Amino acid sequence: MGNKKLMLGNEAIARGIYEAGVKVASAYPGTPSTEISENLVQYKDDLYCEWAPNEKVAAEVAFGASVSGVRSFACMKMVGFNVAADPVYSAAYTGVNGGFVLCVADDPGLYSSQNEQDTRAICRAAQIPCLEPSDSQEAKDFTKLAYEISEKYDKPVVIRTTTRLAHSQGFVELCDREEGHDFKYEKNIGKFVMLPANAIKRHVIVEDKMAELAKDAASFEINKAEYRDTSIGFISSGIPYTYIREAMPNASTLKLGMVHPLPTDLIAEFCSKVDRVIVFEELMPVIEEQVKAMGIACDGKNIFTRLGEYSANMIREKLLGQAPAAPAATDIPNRPPILCPGCPHRSTFYTLKRLKLHVAGDIGCYTLGAVPPLAVIESCLCMGSSISSLHGMGKARGPEYLHDWVCVIGDSTFMHTGVNSLMNMVYNQSTGTVLILDNRITAMTGHQDNPSTGKTLMGETVPAIEFEKFCRGIGIENVFTVNAFDVDELTKTIKREVKEDHLSVIVVKAPCALIPEARSKKKCVPNPDKCVHCGACLKPGCPALTRNADGTIKIDATMCNGCGLCRQLCKFDAITEVE
Amino acid sequence: METKNIMIVGVGGQGTLIASRILGGIATTAGYDVKLSEVHGMAQRGGSVVTFVRYGDYVAEPIVEPGQADVLIAFERLEAKRYAHYLKKDGVLIVNDTRIDPMPVIIGAAEYPEGIIEEIEKEHTVYKADATAIAIELGNARCFNVVILGMAARHMDYAVEDWHKVIEKTVKPATIEINKKAFDAGYALAE
Ligand SMILES: Cc1ncc(C[n+]2csc(CCOP(=O)(O)OP(=O)(O)O)c2C)c(N)n1
Repeated sequence: MGNKKLMLGNEAIARGIYEAGVKVASAYPGTPSTEISENLVQYKDDLYCEWAPNEKVAAEVAFGASVSGVRSFACMKMVGFNVAADPVYSAAYTGVNGGFVLCVADDPGLYSSQNEQDTRAICRAAQIPCLEPSDSQEAKDFTKLAYEISEKYDKPVVIRTTTRLAHSQGFVELCDREEGHDFKYEKNIGKFVMLPANAIKRHVIVEDKMAELAKDAASFEINKAEYRDTSIGFISSGIPYTYIREAMPNASTLKLGMVHPLPTDLIAEFCSKVDRVIVFEELMPVIEEQVKAMGIACDGKNIFTRLGEYSANMIREKLLGQAPAAPAATDIPNRPPILCPGCPHRSTFYTLKRLKLHVAGDIGCYTLGAVPPLAVIESCLCMGSSISSLHGMGKARGPEYLHDWVCVIGDSTFMHTGVNSLMNMVYNQSTGTVLILDNRITAMTGHQDNPSTGKTLMGETVPAIEFEKFCRGIGIENVFTVNAFDVDELTKTIKREVKEDHLSVIVVKAPCALIPEARSKKKCVPNPDKCVHCGACLKPGCPALTRNADGTIKIDATMCNGCGLCRQLCKFDAITEVE
Repeated sequence: METKNIMIVGVGGQGTLIASRILGGIATTAGYDVKLSEVHGMAQRGGSVVTFVRYGDYVAEPIVEPGQADVLIAFERLEAKRYAHYLKKDGVLIVNDTRIDPMPVIIGAAEYPEGIIEEIEKEHTVYKADATAIAIELGNARCFNVVILGMAARHMDYAVEDWHKVIEKTVKPATIEINKKAFDAGYALAE
């Protein structure tokens, strides 16, 4: 088997970064891109990698490293690309010094995201080359190639992945790290300072370079015309290409490794040699519309959906007329994700529910506060939006309106963009109650550190940014820290603060149940003799609690971590905490 | 060899990722082409999760599609039902005969279906066991997933010694012995 290893797409990209001789990598976590950085750490003797507080910062860090003359990298999920859009659109104009590559991960099928946007469309708008691998080996190879393209065409380059690629494993052939890709820094104000007078000239170069790249792309090895039966010719890329190979192995295919700019000469040639052209691409008709604009008739979204993931069965049904496979059972309960047993967010949301408050939400595990039985979160848009939305409501309806509202934001999300929104509340003299749900970690994406946890990606211990100090530092006087599991204190504090016509921040603190800090030897144990079957303990919806046939409470000892929420809610001492 | 399609389904947090890593490891030993697809992210918070493993001479797509699974390994009954339509006509279901209520059932908004296994048995060969109980007997409830893998191993193309080697390389050193025992217990069950 030689030097071959089974690797996740994300692991392979990290390997590609290492082999390409990259020296600086910055990222903010986001499914399905997170494991790239988590895998980069193993190469920390050869490269610097970090968690940035958000994607804009990560992209700018990589830009700076590139200007200084080394190969640099930033990665993010697709919504993070929106946050990073500002530096990225202009970096397309400045170009690079050392190679500058970004990996952006799309999520067709919405496994863990708030929309199904298509990164290829953004790359088109931003005039940035975009490569799309189909398996782990290509993920590594394309990453290395991206650096060559970046340096040759003076452009940041995007590797676009999808959830399916990022989280699939395939064999990857390992190579050694290349060194010697550093460039000298030379002062060049016309290139790196985007004043209007400079940008106007750079825009000319942007157009020229993209045209040159589109021409050269016809001979790139990653754009492959494979002629087999020519009655149908598919144009495809990424994972969808593998579905064609599975369903119609004899069909001709034009496999595009570069999805922006398109190799128009190669496309024209391929289309002239097949009888019928079908563009097979998930999400938006990005390739299809450009093929049509070339005056070539083709099928695409008239047959295949813009929604979700594709499959080989889809081709079998829509093109080969095969009967659909047996359908899924429809009459069975869903199993949506839920807050874990012992999650501090459950205690907070239960308290908010009891207080009958409206909640402006944000992005994280705590967004699950919107699902039954708690169902208290009433809005959730994007990271950082809870605080600014609350501010907007207050400005629209006056301070009285906010007596029934709070907003909730996680520690990582607060560091991401919540800080800006909170400064706006201070500056524009808002009232309102902001809850920072500090579970000591970025939980939803699988437990990454952030500026408030006191640890870095490379494992160093550093001073943690403290929420209370930070809030006081920007001029907020009413700042309180409360233990998330102290229901009485939490209730009292929130009840008092929402009625005040001032801005207050309550830091609701307790570690995520899945991190070592939260490990306890305690368990909650029911006492059936004292149980009156009232069900008060069941209301927060802890999955460890169910009823026995006689109505008494059963607590699953393998799930319970002894958080004590149910015990606090039992007025009859029918639940005790034991060591 | 024609591509073999294996699936593992379960509840997020049950240890499907470790099981899929063991499956990936075993598939690698025989020199086949292998692709494997996992669920990370939101669903790992107690949602329904699925892992696909495919091996053969050449594997293009990383997923198993409805109607194609040779072996469906279910860590829980309701999840077996949710994915049963992925089985081929002669596909085999290996199921942990245990029940984990999803939130809609816990809050009384839905009912947990009865007779799941009996229904699937009408169309497919089913091997069931309360692997959780077996694992508890062995001394560690969490290694039920390896008991199930042991059962599934009967329907795959690898030797027991190879499985043991992969387990040694994959699980935490402190749990190697108990996981090997768990595997053997499962393998014996499917006899
Ligand atoms: C712009 C953007 N970047 C990244 C993500 C991915 N993401 C979703 S939740 C989350 C972490 C939230 O962590 P925290 O605020 O600490 O809440 P917790 O999950 O710990 O409750 C991240 C990074 C996203 N949805 N949007």
